[in-house]
Parts: sequence; C-alpha cells; structure tokens
Amino acid sequence: MLPERVIAIFLFLCSFLSILITIGIVAVLLFEAISFFGEVSFLEFITGTRWTPLFSSKQFGVLALVAGTTLTAVLAMAVALPLGLLSAIYLSEYAPRKVRSTVKPTLEILAGIPTVVYGYFALLFVTPLLRGISEDIAVFNALSAAVVMGVMILPMVSSLSEDAMRAVPRTLREGAYALGSTKMEVSIFVVVPAALSGIASAFILAVSRAIGETMIVTIAAGQNPRFTLNPFVPIETMTAYIVQVSQGDTPAGSIEFKTIFAVALLLFVITLAMNLLSQYVVGRFREEYD
Amino acid sequence: MAVISQTDFQKGKARRKWMGRAFHGLCLLSVGIALTMLAVLLVYLLIQGTTRINWSFLTSFASRHPDQAGIKAAMFGSIYVVIIAGVVAFTLGVATALYLEEYAARSKFARLAKINIANLAGVPSIVYGILGLEIFVRSLYLGKSVLAGGFTLALLVLPIVIVAASEAIQAVPPSLREGAYALGATRWQVVWRMVIPQAMPGIMTGVILAVSRALGETAPLIAMGALTFVPFTPDSPFSRFTVLPIQIFNWTSRPQEGFQEAAAAGIIVLLVVLLVMNAGAVILRARFQNKWEG
Repeated sequence: MLPERVIAIFLFLCSFLSILITIGIVAVLLFEAISFFGEVSFLEFITGTRWTPLFSSKQFGVLALVAGTTLTAVLAMAVALPLGLLSAIYLSEYAPRKVRSTVKPTLEILAGIPTVVYGYFALLFVTPLLRGISEDIAVFNALSAAVVMGVMILPMVSSLSEDAMRAVPRTLREGAYALGSTKMEVSIFVVVPAALSGIASAFILAVSRAIGETMIVTIAAGQNPRFTLNPFVPIETMTAYIVQVSQGDTPAGSIEFKTIFAVALLLFVITLAMNLLSQYVVGRFREEYD
Repeated sequence: MAVISQTDFQKGKARRKWMGRAFHGLCLLSVGIALTMLAVLLVYLLIQGTTRINWSFLTSFASRHPDQAGIKAAMFGSIYVVIIAGVVAFTLGVATALYLEEYAARSKFARLAKINIANLAGVPSIVYGILGLEIFVRSLYLGKSVLAGGFTLALLVLPIVIVAASEAIQAVPPSLREGAYALGATRWQVVWRMVIPQAMPGIMTGVILAVSRALGETAPLIAMGALTFVPFTPDSPFSRFTVLPIQIFNWTSRPQEGFQEAAAAGIIVLLVVLLVMNAGAVILRARFQNKWEG
C-alpha cells in the first residue's frame, strides 16, 4: 500500500492541473497576443472594421469578425429563445408526466449531435431551402448557419429553463389558481417571473455557446469578414477565422499566424465574461421561497 | 374597488379561456418544431448517405474519387484519439473529484477549483485547440500527433468528467464512510474500497458522455493541426492523423455531390457509434446499480 501522504499529494496535483489549464490558456493567448500588439496597434484592432490579414494590404479591424459573430449569435438566439422557453413551459406546466419523460430526452439528442453534422445540414439542406424562397440569399450566409445553430442550442435553453421552472414551489401556483387564474396566466405571471434568474442564466449561457460555436459557421456562413448586419451575404465569425488560418499553411511566428491568438483572446474574454455573468445572475437574483 | 358587470365578466372569462388554449397550442407548436427539426435532420441524412455505406466505405482510405473514398484512416484516428482522451480525462477527472470531495472538501482551494472548472466548461472548444497547439505540439514537441490530439481533447472534456465524478462521490452515503472509519480504515482505504466502487456507475456515465463529446469534436483538432487528407492509419502515438468529424467537414466543403454523399455516410457512421455509446452508458449504469443495490 502506498503511503497515505503520497496519494494525497498525487490527488492534489491532479486537481491543481485544472487550475493550470486556465493559467495555460491565459498565458498562451496573452503571450502571442502581446507580441501581435507589438506590431499592430490595439486601437486599430478594436475599432477597425476591415479585416484582411491574409491579403497583401493587411488591415486588422476585428470588428468585421465581431459583427459576424454578433449577427449569427443574435439570430440563433432569436430562434432558440422563444422556441426553447415555450418548450420549457410546455414541459414544466402542460405536459403529462409520460410525455415529458419521452420528449425531454428526445430534445436533448439535439444537443448531443456533433456540430459538424449541423454544419452539413445548414449548408446542404437549409441553405438550398432558403435560396428557394429568395434568390437574394447567397450560398454562404449568416441566416442559414444561425437558424441551425438556434436549433442546436434550443435544448440548452429549454432544459435549464425547465429545471428552474420546476423548482418553483407548487404553493405559488396553487395560490394563483385559487384566485381564478388560467394555466397560461399562472405560467406567464407566476412561474416564469419566479424562475427568471434560472431562465436568464440559461439564456446567457446559450449566447456564450453561440459565440463560441465554430463548425456550423465555418461550413455554412462563409469566409468573408464583413462589417454588416445583412444575414443574406457571406460573413466570417471569430471562430471561423481561426479555423481558416489553422487549415492553411501560415508559418508560425508570422503576423498572420499571431492574429488567431489575438482573436482567440478576445473570444475567450467575451465568453468568460458571459459565463461569469450567468453564474452571478443565478446567485444574485434568485428568488428564495420557504 | 371597481365593479364589473356579469356580462363583462363572462366575456373576459371566455377571452381568457380562449387565450389560454391558444397559448397551450403555441407551446405545443414549439416542441413540435424542435422535434420536427430533429426528424428532418435524421431522415435527410439517411436519404443522402445510406446508399453510400458499404464494406469498402469503411475499409478504404480517402481518395480523390468520391465513389472510392472511405473512412478507414479517419475511423482509426478517431478511435486512437478518443481512447487517449478518455483514459487521461478519466484518471485526472476522478483524481481531481476525489481530492475536491474527499480530501479538501469545503476548503478555499476546493471552492476556487470548482469555480474554475465551471468556467473551463464554458471555454469555446477552439480555444482548447489553440492551447493544444502551443503546449503539446510546440512546447512539448509532440508534433501534430495522435498523442497531442488525445491530450487536447482530454483537457476539453475534463470538466465533464470532474463534474460527473463529483456528483457521484457526493451521492455516496456518509454512513458508509463512517462505518469504514469506525473499523479503523485509513482515508485511502475508505476512498478505494467504499467511495470509488459506489460512485463508479456515475463516474462511468460521465466518462462515456465525455468520450462522446470528444468523438464529435472537429474545431479543436483542426486548430491543433490534424490533417484533412490521410491515406494511412496511425502506426504510433507520434503518427499524424485525421478524425471522422474532420473527414466529414472536408467532404462537406467540396462541391462534388459524390463527396457530399460520402459526408452523409460518414455522419451516419458517427451518429450510430454515438448512439451505441450512449445506450452502453444507460445499460452499464443499470447493471452497476443492480450489483450494489442487490
């Protein structure tokens, strides 16, 4: 038998590794990003709207990529939020137990499908469908990618919201029913407000997920960094740009190569902020009952 | 207090009833849309890909000719990478959860580590790819190898294993531990003989979930530098490789219809494997539970 102390130290080192991963991510991104900002002004990076590091006349305005990311994330949430919230209300308030126990895991299958599969579906099924409706829509466009991404994050919104709604005490509902409320009134005016912190945190997590999603937008949204909110034209997101550079043979150490660290750092900071906000919302605005 | 007439009350009641029904319909419709999307996705894939699946598709390498292209290299790559990721994430994840739950529970360090793990779970997967490229590929000189890919995915899925293992360990009744301590067991004896066996079904479920996630990941391995066209199976941990999702991505991006069919066929293979693994998790869990509860 190993001495107890050795085991305890080994276990501690393993758990310390999880902290080292965070430190590693920050260090790696900062190290290369600082070297990048030695060559490119931070102000140009953060305020410029043209992104052309792979061309001969290089411009480093990351807002072109941020616009693409924002556009797809907002559209995806426009799909996922209403559908997810209504699905959650259905599962929590309306569905008979039997229906709920089949529908919920079935919906969660959507969350387990690899993103490359959604990318395939967006490009080869949804895009031709959209182009059948309007010829103004390009082969690569933000709309198709965002709609499919919305479907992908829908179960995240519905599952987490439903958990929050089911945690609302029965007595609150009973009180509202006793006053003559209909089921819809109870759902909208009692259950949803009481579960709001959980719903809001699910929503923020879903946005963060949409911002970090990579394969759907890489496959279906294009590789044209563009400062636009037009969902019908090819754009490029921060994540898709990183894939684009990784796939090419950009030599390590070149300025083109360093751009992916600056972009990844920005991506990391944005998603980290949203995840922290989501945790804060859950803790800070929780309605306490009993 | 306002008084409303009987007729107004009846009218209002009818309207509210009608709205309630409409709202119920709307909720049902939302669930319906979501489920329909899933059905359409699966049916479309089956239509596109089924004809392409045969023995030679599974045993051929990638090819310039769509009708000869297969997934042999990608399958072997996926299997090797995922095994490495699973073993590493299992070891580190269980060790971490044990330390945080059994050795340092409620300490400042445990609280900090848990917040950190929650945040790691939210880091976009492509960022892990960049981490893997800088640490494993470039700093540790592993190259763009199977080993580097496996380690990268291990870090990515580590939070999933830690969270599942922590929950499983928390669910072990304290009375078991106390009984063992009362008999004079040391801390490690309690952990090894009582806690780990009891928590195993929960841990294994977490590991299978983590491995399924690793199997479906594309972006981090592209960022790390995995290949897209591989006419060989990896013959050592330092060999270069591709994986099934990258092969699917590569075929999807090509204009020829033949490659898109191959992509659909690859997706069907991937989804079937994921389905089998998840079914395995359910069965394994049930079996373990019977064993300890009986």
